[in-house]
Amino acid sequence: MSDLVTISGLSKAYGHFMALNNLNLTIPRGRIIGLLGPNGSGKTTLIKLLNGLLTPSSGQILIDGNAPGVETKRKISYLPERTYLTSSRTVLDLVEYFEDFYDNFNKDKAMSMLESLQINLNSRLKTLSKGTKEKVQLVLVMSREADLYILDEPIAGVDPAARDFILKTIIGNYNENASILLSTHLISDIEAVLDDVIFIRDGQILLCASVESIRETYGKSVDSYFREVFAC
Amino acid sequence: MAWNLDSDRPIYAQLLERIQLQIVSGIYGPGDKLPSVRELAAEASVNPNTMQKAFAELERSGLIITRRTSGRFVTEDKEMIAQIRTQLAKEEALSFIAKMKELGFEKKDILALLSAVAEEPAEQRRERA
Repeated sequence: MSDLVTISGLSKAYGHFMALNNLNLTIPRGRIIGLLGPNGSGKTTLIKLLNGLLTPSSGQILIDGNAPGVETKRKISYLPERTYLTSSRTVLDLVEYFEDFYDNFNKDKAMSMLESLQINLNSRLKTLSKGTKEKVQLVLVMSREADLYILDEPIAGVDPAARDFILKTIIGNYNENASILLSTHLISDIEAVLDDVIFIRDGQILLCASVESIRETYGKSVDSYFREVFAC
Repeated sequence: MAWNLDSDRPIYAQLLERIQLQIVSGIYGPGDKLPSVRELAAEASVNPNTMQKAFAELERSGLIITRRTSGRFVTEDKEMIAQIRTQLAKEEALSFIAKMKELGFEKKDILALLSAVAEEPAEQRRERA
């Protein structure tokens, strides 16, 4: 099967600052991939380029053969760092909004996840705690039948029990035709869930390897290896 | 509840050991149906491909058998399960002996200590622990 995403020679400059510098990467189908790197390494820039929210300074991104645009927005389900949902809407409003907006949104799946998280459908988004807001957004994003899920820091604001639920949700939604790319700093919490990790530094790929091969080669977890590689 | 995993070893190897232990200890008996890869991956909070790899390894050893339409089962070969059980017990014993040697115990001291502790009434052992 062909790769889901092919990135070649990708650069993005903000003035004189090179946020991404000649980056090459392919993402196959059926993988759960961690995008890891220190602050300011280019993770969010890469994610925004994949979603067509930024345009490359040079280089190319192909998602299932198409450059980021109308076609690819259908195939990518994106959880941004910050919410873009109207906070005066209720949870049920938002579910209906997503159902209206995306033809690949599975409402039943969303409703059953919201129920197991015991989230009140009639609460307005602004009345929910930070963690609950994040859960609602993740449920909406994971309920689309997409080819690529891009989750920017999906577990940062939630408690450990909810974190487990989110990881189980990610595992439970796994399918061999889709891939999940997620950025995080909480490596030890998620590494058992990942197939592969990408280490990014100064806008370039430092390493792209499977979690198991890192453990086998270095005899340590991805978390400890990351701390060693990026030691300040 | 996620399974406890060591951070310094490949995950699939630890999953394999854990399932093997559940089989030799009888949690899954001979001929029992095993949960699906997806169910077990969710229970353990691990990647489904990693769980799949552990299952593939157990299939290669013959301890579990896949029937195309109905799922995965523990072997009905009790002999094989007993052999693996003995093998695991031997490994535990060897690692125990190695630790005792580090503490400076000789073979006969180890045996004497072991039988003395094993003879002790259970509550006494608990009190000291």
